[in-house]
Amino acid sequence: MRRYWFRLAGPPPEPLLGVRVGAARSRARGWDVCDARQAAATRGPRAAIEPGATGEPAPSYSNEQPTMTGTLLAVIARVLSGASVRWIDCQPDTCQRVYFANHTSHLDAIVLWSTLPSSLRGMTRPVAAKDYWEKGAVRRFMARTFNALLIDRTDIKVHQSPVDLMLREIGDKQSLIVFPEGSRNTEAEIGEFKSGLYYLAKKRPDLELVPVHIDNLNRVLPRGEFLPVPLLSLVTFGPPMWLESGEPKTAFLERAREAVRRLKDL
Amino acid sequence: MLDDYRTLGLVGGVLAVLAAATTIGQWLKRQSDIGINPALVESFNLRIRAWWLMCTVLAAAFLLGPASRVATVVLFGLISFWALREFITLTPTRLGDHRTLFWVFFLFTPLQYVLVGLGMEYYGLFSVLIPVYAFLFIPARVALAGDYKRFLERTAKIQAGLMVCVYCLSYAPALLSLKIENYEGQNPRLLFFFVLVVQLNDVLQYAWGKLLGQHVITPTISPNRTWEGFFGGAASAALIGTALWWATPFKPWEAAAMSLVVAAMGFAGGMTMSAIKRDRGVKDYGTLVVGHGGVLDRIDSICFAAPVFFHLTRYFFGVN
Repeated sequence: MRRYWFRLAGPPPEPLLGVRVGAARSRARGWDVCDARQAAATRGPRAAIEPGATGEPAPSYSNEQPTMTGTLLAVIARVLSGASVRWIDCQPDTCQRVYFANHTSHLDAIVLWSTLPSSLRGMTRPVAAKDYWEKGAVRRFMARTFNALLIDRTDIKVHQSPVDLMLREIGDKQSLIVFPEGSRNTEAEIGEFKSGLYYLAKKRPDLELVPVHIDNLNRVLPRGEFLPVPLLSLVTFGPPMWLESGEPKTAFLERAREAVRRLKDL
Repeated sequence: MLDDYRTLGLVGGVLAVLAAATTIGQWLKRQSDIGINPALVESFNLRIRAWWLMCTVLAAAFLLGPASRVATVVLFGLISFWALREFITLTPTRLGDHRTLFWVFFLFTPLQYVLVGLGMEYYGLFSVLIPVYAFLFIPARVALAGDYKRFLERTAKIQAGLMVCVYCLSYAPALLSLKIENYEGQNPRLLFFFVLVVQLNDVLQYAWGKLLGQHVITPTISPNRTWEGFFGGAASAALIGTALWWATPFKPWEAAAMSLVVAAMGFAGGMTMSAIKRDRGVKDYGTLVVGHGGVLDRIDSICFAAPVFFHLTRYFFGVN
């Protein structure tokens, strides 16, 4: 009883946790996720990741509107990769989403980004490795054009985990493109997923997790090559998924991986 | 070229037929009670729409005046490029082929069309570039990459793609620089005649096959191609070709013979590409043109007919 009173009166020990449970429960009651997102937003859930709370700089929403260079690069990426797009049990939406895909080529992020409708591109940010995309003026320029969210792989701290950084950057508006395999995969099979996707889902259960399968892009620009061969590729968006309440990490990651893999044969 | 009544007649005739087909298609779409499968009508309409697209592009390339030859060569070059993408996409290659493919796409394909654009003075190099020099380059470059697994198969596939999609197709725009007796400056019409007969032959074989088809030629390759369709299509394509003799350097009976050859080669091309598709387990090569599977599905017959049409014309009607 005393503990209960303490929680009512005092500041919530971990505001994010409270919201997380609330949102998860609302989904368990069968609400639409976008509703859950709005409900969560009205209750002011972002306290923990708002700039004031942690003293971090405000999220930088640059490139909200599709820019001309962005559109131009998207067109070039589309033509070069010959990408056709399929949306299976999923539609383009301005809901906050995490697109997660298999990773076989440096072009993956650009092509996936360019296959989104132009209205969504400005608010969708590929997560990419800082050490690669900050090397050279061209890559830096491209990363800026795609509004990429660059993660420093060499400088990961406990209090500054990539997942927190991503969540802070996207705020309550933007979507992410992630490649949970970590690095580019040369095998035919999709590699094991890293746990970042799980923590993203756990900290923000209102995000829609959209599996994406990218086919044949590894032949357009394989690992270790720098000249592309303009073959045709296929990008398939699948039905959104979420972290089930109480779902263990390994089970969730395996389920996410399977969600990407099954898109190949559809 | 615009004041040339023969060209105008040819282009105008095609546009009139297309307009009529569009009208019929739209009319069929509105009739729900005449017992035609709506899916068939829908695919008919999609085909017509794609035909409009192709005709507009072709006509624009032809009617550009002095630049029309260059425009047509560039247009066919782009078609080759896209067809080759579709072909190689469906053909399993390995990592070791990557750099070979780069040269195939960015050196041999453009070079072939540059030679076509330069005209008949370069006919010697044009006709051996891919059959000889690409043929020697591809296996050597693949060998240098160090991957010997299924070596002969992989090099053969790349070479076949280059031959069909680039070399054979490039004979079509090469018709523009062919010197033909008493036909100076009229070559675009010959190309138009050729493309028209090939495409009509495709459609007519399909239509005759649907109407009367009984005896399937090769059920394992294509259950839609029947002897009735083949003969009906070839005969009607020959009739149309004969009726259009005034647009060509041929006499009526020569136009008929040429059309028959073109029809037979078009059929051979369709069968060959179907066999490759069967082997790869797909129905179409791509999704670029709505209603027509892929670019390669549309040009397979042109690819096979173009070299034969070119050589026959050059041998019998050419000026040295």
